Amino acid sequence: MESTIVKSVDYNAYFGDNHVVKNVNISIPRNHVIAVMGPSGCGKTTFLRGINRMHELIPNATANGQILLNNEDVMQMHPIFVRLKIGMVFQRPNPFPNLSIYDNVIAGYKLNGISLARMDRDRIVEESLSKVALWKEVKDSLTKKGTFLSGGQQQKLCIARAVAMQPEVLLFDEPTSALDPISTSSVEELFHDLKKNYTLIIVTHNMQQAARVSDQTAFFYLGELVEFDDTKKMFTNPKDKRTQNYITGRFS
Amino acid sequence: MSQSVQYRIGISRIVRVITIVLAFACILPLFAILFYIIKAGITRVNWSFLVNVPKPVGEKGGGIANALLGTFLIIIVASLIAIPVGIMCGVFLSENRKSRLAYWSRLCVDILQGVPSIVIGIIAYFWLVKPLGGFSALSGSVALAIMMLPIVIRSTEETLKLLPDSLKEAAFALGMPFHRVILKVIVPCGISGILSGVMLSIARVAGETAPLLFTAFGNPYLSANITKPMQSLPLLIFNYATSPYNDWHDLAWGASVILLVFVLLLNISTKLITKRWKVQL
Repeated sequence: MESTIVKSVDYNAYFGDNHVVKNVNISIPRNHVIAVMGPSGCGKTTFLRGINRMHELIPNATANGQILLNNEDVMQMHPIFVRLKIGMVFQRPNPFPNLSIYDNVIAGYKLNGISLARMDRDRIVEESLSKVALWKEVKDSLTKKGTFLSGGQQQKLCIARAVAMQPEVLLFDEPTSALDPISTSSVEELFHDLKKNYTLIIVTHNMQQAARVSDQTAFFYLGELVEFDDTKKMFTNPKDKRTQNYITGRFS
Repeated sequence: MSQSVQYRIGISRIVRVITIVLAFACILPLFAILFYIIKAGITRVNWSFLVNVPKPVGEKGGGIANALLGTFLIIIVASLIAIPVGIMCGVFLSENRKSRLAYWSRLCVDILQGVPSIVIGIIAYFWLVKPLGGFSALSGSVALAIMMLPIVIRSTEETLKLLPDSLKEAAFALGMPFHRVILKVIVPCGISGILSGVMLSIARVAGETAPLLFTAFGNPYLSANITKPMQSLPLLIFNYATSPYNDWHDLAWGASVILLVFVLLLNISTKLITKRWKVQL
């Protein structure tokens, strides 16, 4: 029996009067890679941003229902605690342009005013960069600015920055859509390694990517969670007609 | 056919010449002013001019040390008031682009920018000089700070608006509270634009005379007490240039050179800082 790490219960999200995520119930198992796919505007990104309470940063955005992290409702917690436990990587690589590569990795500590001993800092930087397979490439240029790196390296740096905070869950919002194919495949390889320590939830509109990297897939359509199942099963034998239509490319 | 092409080429040439001539016409006044002031004042400028106070009428020599010190002190105090308030206000305006309060504040800032400096001087006179019972450098600083505010606010706002939202999201996603996002990410990333606004605002008020006339008032002696009247460069120039004595006129020319050089240096270093400290996004 797998343990559930994130569970949403009757979760709804709105932009003003626009109901974008409708009554989503989902249980996400620990140490798995979950792909969230669906056509544009289906609410997948909004749902993802709801998990770490980023959704409500947008003016007029509201949400209700429950998102349980280890059976604790994140809707009742202070967003800052939630975001320390649930890391996030965005569509476009966004390292802090004013910080060095080194400082970017420990940005979560440094900018939050958490002081670390020099040794701990060095260790966290090396561990985090190793976890994202970037250490060898950048270990001699740690003092250079984060924006000095290539797009794919920047995205890995952003993953390292999220990993450094030792979260339990990592959220990825179309993490490879701004990257070239080679960077994309190297980021995808990471997911496999990262799931040993973290639970990964990846929003993607690329079906091949969902099929390649995920253990389970959730299919969203018009704000509803249509189907959530093992990736293999979903791509070979979907239960819902809408899923089948989407996978076979009848609409996108 | 070829005639009409010839004609158009000719017109194009004439227009190009006109633009070049007009561009020169724009920079001509600046060089004329520079040349004239430097020619009239440079003979007075030397070390003792910078470190001595003015002599009474009839005595040779004397300098502008009191005005230099006064100008620096008044500007420093004005900056201490205007910079934090201005940056905070700019941050608010860029963070709350659509709120009603931001709309009205923005409008007020624009109007404030258009308020004549003499009016600001009178306001400072009624708010500070009268209640405090005397002229003081502090009241002059407040008047100048009010003049600096719109420039600092608008430059901060415009700079921060250009920063991508993804930067803020990255910071929020790391669990940073709002004040740290602003202080540690947003402001450092926009620092070159903010600084250039600050420096331009200083350059703008360094030569202001009107708001100081009934606030800092002027003082023939060296003084570092900001609660008492204080001399400043523009005041010294105003008072001495309108006096009937030739010696004093020379002193005013010398002071003009110093003020001009100060403002020019501020403008040039603003350009350099903007280039050097620009954060590559």
